[in-house]
Amino acid sequence: MTLAPPLRARAEEQAASLPPLLARAEHLAGTVLLGEHGRRRSGMGDDFWQYRPVQPGDSRRMIDWRRSARGDAQYVREREWQIAQSVMLWVDQAASMRFASHNNLPEKADRARLLALAVAILLVRGGERVGLTGTLLPPRRGNNQILRLAEFLSVDDPVDYGVPEARAMIPQARAVFLSDFMADIDAVRQALTKAADRGVRGILLQVLDPSEEAFPFQGRTIFESVGGTVSHETLKAGELRDRYLQRLNRRKAELADLCTITGWQFHTHHSSDSAQVALLWLWQALNRGTV
Amino acid sequence: MAGLAQIGFATPWLLWALVVLPVLWMLLRAVPPAPLRRLFPGVVLLLGLKDDDAVTDKTPWWLILLRMLAAAAVIVGLAGPVLNPDAEGQARSGPVLLLLDGGWAGAGDWEARLDLADRLLADADRAGRTAAVLQLSAPEPSNFQPAGDLRAHLPGLQPLAWEPTAAGIEDALAILQDIHGGFDTIWMSDGLEFAGHDRLVAALQERGQIRVFEDDLGAVALLPPVFEDGEIHLTAVRNRGQGAMALELRAHGRDPTGVERVLATLPVQIEAGAKSAEARLSLPAELRARISRFDILGQRSAGAVVLSDDSLQRREVALITERDDREGLELLSPLHYLHQALLPSADLLQGSLSDILPANPDAIILADIAGLPEAEEKALREWVNQGGMLLRFAGPHLAASDLSRSEEHPLMPVRLRSGGRTVGGAMSWGEPKTLAPFADTSPFYGLAIPEDVTVSAQVMAQPDPSLAERVIAQLSDGTPLVTRKTLGQGKVVLFHVSANAEWSSLPLSGLFMRMLDRLAVSSVTSQPDAEDLAGSVWQPLRVLDGFGRLQDAGNLIGVAGEDLIQAPLSRDLQPGLYQGEARLIARNVMTADRELTATTWPASVSVVGLDRPEQVPLAGYLLALAVLILLADVIATLALSGRILLRGGKAVVPVLLLALGPGLIALAPSGAGAQDTQEDRHVLSATSEVVLAYVLTGNARVDDVSRAGLTGLSDTLFFRTSVEPDLPIGVDLERDELAFYPLLYWPITEDQPVPTVDAYERLNRYLRTGGMIVFDTRDADIAGFGTASPNGRKLRQLAEPLAIPPLEPLPGDHVLTRTFYLLQDFPGRFSGRDIWVEAAPPGAEKVDGMPFRNLNDGVTPVVIGGNDWAAAWATDPQGNPLYPVGRGYSGERQRELAYRFGVNLVMHVLTGNYKSDQVHVPALLDRLGQ
Repeated sequence: MTLAPPLRARAEEQAASLPPLLARAEHLAGTVLLGEHGRRRSGMGDDFWQYRPVQPGDSRRMIDWRRSARGDAQYVREREWQIAQSVMLWVDQAASMRFASHNNLPEKADRARLLALAVAILLVRGGERVGLTGTLLPPRRGNNQILRLAEFLSVDDPVDYGVPEARAMIPQARAVFLSDFMADIDAVRQALTKAADRGVRGILLQVLDPSEEAFPFQGRTIFESVGGTVSHETLKAGELRDRYLQRLNRRKAELADLCTITGWQFHTHHSSDSAQVALLWLWQALNRGTV
Repeated sequence: MAGLAQIGFATPWLLWALVVLPVLWMLLRAVPPAPLRRLFPGVVLLLGLKDDDAVTDKTPWWLILLRMLAAAAVIVGLAGPVLNPDAEGQARSGPVLLLLDGGWAGAGDWEARLDLADRLLADADRAGRTAAVLQLSAPEPSNFQPAGDLRAHLPGLQPLAWEPTAAGIEDALAILQDIHGGFDTIWMSDGLEFAGHDRLVAALQERGQIRVFEDDLGAVALLPPVFEDGEIHLTAVRNRGQGAMALELRAHGRDPTGVERVLATLPVQIEAGAKSAEARLSLPAELRARISRFDILGQRSAGAVVLSDDSLQRREVALITERDDREGLELLSPLHYLHQALLPSADLLQGSLSDILPANPDAIILADIAGLPEAEEKALREWVNQGGMLLRFAGPHLAASDLSRSEEHPLMPVRLRSGGRTVGGAMSWGEPKTLAPFADTSPFYGLAIPEDVTVSAQVMAQPDPSLAERVIAQLSDGTPLVTRKTLGQGKVVLFHVSANAEWSSLPLSGLFMRMLDRLAVSSVTSQPDAEDLAGSVWQPLRVLDGFGRLQDAGNLIGVAGEDLIQAPLSRDLQPGLYQGEARLIARNVMTADRELTATTWPASVSVVGLDRPEQVPLAGYLLALAVLILLADVIATLALSGRILLRGGKAVVPVLLLALGPGLIALAPSGAGAQDTQEDRHVLSATSEVVLAYVLTGNARVDDVSRAGLTGLSDTLFFRTSVEPDLPIGVDLERDELAFYPLLYWPITEDQPVPTVDAYERLNRYLRTGGMIVFDTRDADIAGFGTASPNGRKLRQLAEPLAIPPLEPLPGDHVLTRTFYLLQDFPGRFSGRDIWVEAAPPGAEKVDGMPFRNLNDGVTPVVIGGNDWAAAWATDPQGNPLYPVGRGYSGERQRELAYRFGVNLVMHVLTGNYKSDQVHVPALLDRLGQ
């Protein structure tokens, strides 16, 4: 729990700069619970629902100036929520993600969690339901869900390489997978095909450390995985560079192919780059959906 | 590879360890660098990848080589390599005697000698030998002590200005006799042969080995200058004859300001094979008299320095006789013999006393002159009082006159009896008298008296209580021949005989010259001989040290005259300047015609140059090299194993250098010359146009008003007249040159500082050369004469040191009233009537029909007023008046008048009294009309 407040605060920061996410309605038909109208609560829609006082995190343009001018307090006009969808997140918590090649760089897991939570906040603000894949935390809406998400995301997984969790996927929902995808590609393939079977579309965001892209090693080296289960010894690390990069690119190509087949979207993010860029891409990708 | 022969080892057997190096090679080659463990999630992608090259697990050959080098460096370093080992001295043991000639000839490279001696003693110290030191020029017993202790005493040894003397060698031999047992000798030879050299070598060879260190270049010395035919002959000699040698001789002396400097330089070339070369130096007498010493450039020894005494100086002697009309009777002229005696050694002046006295000669000789005109006598007495030397000769006129008869005349040493006497003549009894030997109180003491000098006539001194002490030479019968008395700082000497051969044969003898010399009337051109100086005592004034530097003689005791010339130099007779009664004599290291002889050594003695290479232990360098190699190995190993990355950062150093380089270059030339150019600009702007100037008072407000006022006046001048001034300049009286400004406006403030004496001098010069200062008390108050406003008092204080002529209130017909405008009032902001200018000459009268007087020529140097003109003139840059003047239209009129006064002022300064010439206009018109 100690990690949760700073993580959330930073995620709020990231999320604050973006307008609410407008989920695409056409793919959410299956997740609509109460029909097109009458959710009796605020949300996306054209009809007025209520005025509520401004809360931290609301942007200025959300303020209803006509109402606010009548009193000292500022109000936001909320519309009735009309359509919502479920977004399921899977963040790789495995040991391989707890790696940073340099003190100044965040661990991959840290970046992945931050991005996941930022997306979650955006979605929750947009009135969507957000949860984790699997059975641990089914999609819900509301700020409490973000707290719970943060809590679950702070739990490390002792496994060396994480495998996507594709169980209990809600049909026609959206999914976001964040991982370095260093584990066996078959597991990813299975998860994706399974999701595609259920009509779930989503995003694969590969989070990599810059050293994993550059392979700046020389000399006699024993490479070990973070969990310590796998190791490889070489006498001339520099000579392996080209072949390693070849394999890495092949892995990326396979993932991209997989995404193309299943209608998902794939992107690689480096922990040395700005998180904002990745979040923007995620947001646009969620908006874009699969048309 | 020749250098390798110069390397020896302290422990050569350690070098055998080099044999194990190949074993080390095998060992090192088999051990690859340790692997580095890295966390790397991407390892899964690496699984199954094989290394290309199976050989890479061995250490690369160059790394092994590096390590082998380090090992080899350590081994060789520990073996104790020494560069230039002292093979000769190494094997010996027992005491060492360090023998130094220690004369002037070794002074030139004395440091090298001591340095070498120090190194040799250090070697001896390492070998545990004892040592003693003996300096032949000043032999003193010395005990054998550990060589290391002796090294501490080495810097105390100084070269002496003389060579080892025969007596000194005897002392040294005696000292050597006292040493028991054998010893080796290290002999630092100066390269000059000296008496007893062979005996010394033999004595030393008996006791042990001799190693001689001798300078290869040899010694160079300068012989005393000889003055002949108006030229100074200088001879440089050396002790070895090989190779040509170019030397530069320098003459030092004081310039007219009293600063010691090189007066002349003279190249001289000693040809190959020759041992001496002569050069001639021709200098004007004035310059020649200033020379105090000669030396050879770059030769730092007492032998290369020659002191010049009075011998190069020529005294100015004035010869005065009563009549000069006896043409054809040269030999009877009272001056003839004096003339001949003095001509070679003195510059003679002839003429009347009144012409000669201003030339301030060294001595004046009055030959047979009895009475002098009152004025001349007074002047002559004054001259003698201030240190002149007056030499009088008797003669018929003196004998016949009443001079110094009844009472002593100030310009005569004794009273005279009338008539004189004649002895040995045709009409008298007795023989002509000879001279008695000189008393030891006499300046002539010691001079030999030729037998043929006789005196047949003389004037007689009146017996007096003071007579005895005034006699410095007398005849055999006790009658005074030469008497002397002091008058003030000068002396009056009377020869009781005539200056020609009529009364005595003294002027015909050589004694006459020497007597004149002793009286410091003449100065000899050559070195005096022992005979001349017999019986005199000479006090050392300044002495030369071994390096040829003049030192104060301190309390060295005096030297007998004969010794001064003849005796060999020693501690008791050091080369230098010696002072006698009336002249200086220089005793130089070298005597005329001295030849330098190089030392000859027996074949059994090894002679080495001074530039013996220094022993350098190399162990430290090699060990340091090993450490450096190991450091390089560390870096290389780290790089090989991938722990550090040898990428990036390479370009940093060149970039830094590139960045720093221009910065350093740019830093260097800045700062200099900035002030000069500013000053130059100041001067240029002041001289390219007419510029009005004001005195900076230090009060910023007043200075601003002055500048604005002069700007306004300058503009007015520009618009109305052909004077087109530049912008006015404020001058700092302490710093700035005033000569460029025609007019200086000086506002008075109570608190301005009084200029320094220098500034006043400049101001006075400025006033003398036609400048004008306008004093403005700015209080409209000075006009009331005698009133004392604070500014008025300040003005009086400021103007007091200025050379200001008598002043008067400006008269109605002063030229200032009409130089450009016709004015009768000179208002500024105030309209006080009176301003003060230079007074008209007392005789100026108004001529009837003329509008004004014919007044003073020239420009009044000062104008003093209190009307605060600058404020009335002041304008801002746009030309608008800055300060109100008066009220309304009348105020503007007052300002206009103020401008007109300013215009008149500048016109007056620039054109002088040109307008005064208008007085002549009616006369000119009148003439034209005709």
